[in-house]
Amino acid sequence: MHIPDGFINAPTSLAAGAAAAGGVGVSLRKAAQTLQDRQAPLAGLVAAYIFAVQMLNFPVAAGTSGHLLGGLLAAVLVGPWAGALCVSVVLLVQALFADGGLSALGLNIINMALVTAWGGYFIFLLLRRALPATRSGVTISAGVAGGISVVLASLAFVVEYAIGGNGGAPVGTVFAAMVGVHTLIGIGEGIITALTVAAVLAVRPDLVYGASDLQSPLVLDTTPGEPAGEVR
Amino acid sequence: MRSNLRLFLLSGLLVVIGLAMLVSGFASSAPDGLNKVAEDHSFAAGAKQHLFENGPLAGYAVKGVGNDRLSTAIAGLIGVLVSFGIGLGLFALLRAMRSGTGSGEGAAPTRAP
Repeated sequence: MHIPDGFINAPTSLAAGAAAAGGVGVSLRKAAQTLQDRQAPLAGLVAAYIFAVQMLNFPVAAGTSGHLLGGLLAAVLVGPWAGALCVSVVLLVQALFADGGLSALGLNIINMALVTAWGGYFIFLLLRRALPATRSGVTISAGVAGGISVVLASLAFVVEYAIGGNGGAPVGTVFAAMVGVHTLIGIGEGIITALTVAAVLAVRPDLVYGASDLQSPLVLDTTPGEPAGEVR
Repeated sequence: MRSNLRLFLLSGLLVVIGLAMLVSGFASSAPDGLNKVAEDHSFAAGAKQHLFENGPLAGYAVKGVGNDRLSTAIAGLIGVLVSFGIGLGLFALLRAMRSGTGSGEGAAPTRAP
């Protein structure tokens, strides 16, 4: 999903760069306000995890692969603002590996960091309202929202292509192809996201931003003889 | 508990390093969704070479390391450590900024759905 240099024309890339800088600026300000002390080092770990898992391309169809984007996962773990920053850090580091064009960095931050973390988290919140307030509810919401976030990111690319794409393919064709393949990749994203959220919830539920409401004393703890709301 | 969190982070980092160094060798090398669509609908030709295409880490491989697996593993380790370092630094900075502006600890409760 990394856009190389040259797919999208220079004016559109430049405008996207300005918009992405604005989005990162907002994220920095909001994250500084909301990030809890104990979550700050977790955010570093989340960035490292996303870098690693983005290397793990899985096959989705004949001759096609996909990899985790991780924006929604990061948002559920450390919040949408810090989450968008985690993916932005990864995209910046990936420049060293010649992955994702430098002129396309703004486009890539919009698609893979802002759209997935913010848009995905909005969907996550909607799902959480519909599902029971349990760990399973959080895990399923994260998985489904993660999958949808990949499709949202592919739609963002289609918009960018429609505005300034270098290429003759009609927008409708690109739209159908992008949404089709990214629905498949989204399934992989959803599975990895759900597994990761479930693993962190099992070990340190208090660190999961998107599950912080589960820490209330009303939630039943399965461990007998222990108070439910664990304070650390 | 402080030590508990440290243990969590340390074991988390070990898992991440394992993924980047060991599992990465099994990753699919087929083009990803976007590149495949670009190839199929002939806008891949527009792609220009990356500025760091000939850099020491281009394509998740370390220049000069002959063994492909090892090359990818070292590239993965470097990427993970750099991402972790920048992430930690950035969020330590944000934390410092917050205590600097005086909004304080209690002013930022974790809120969610």
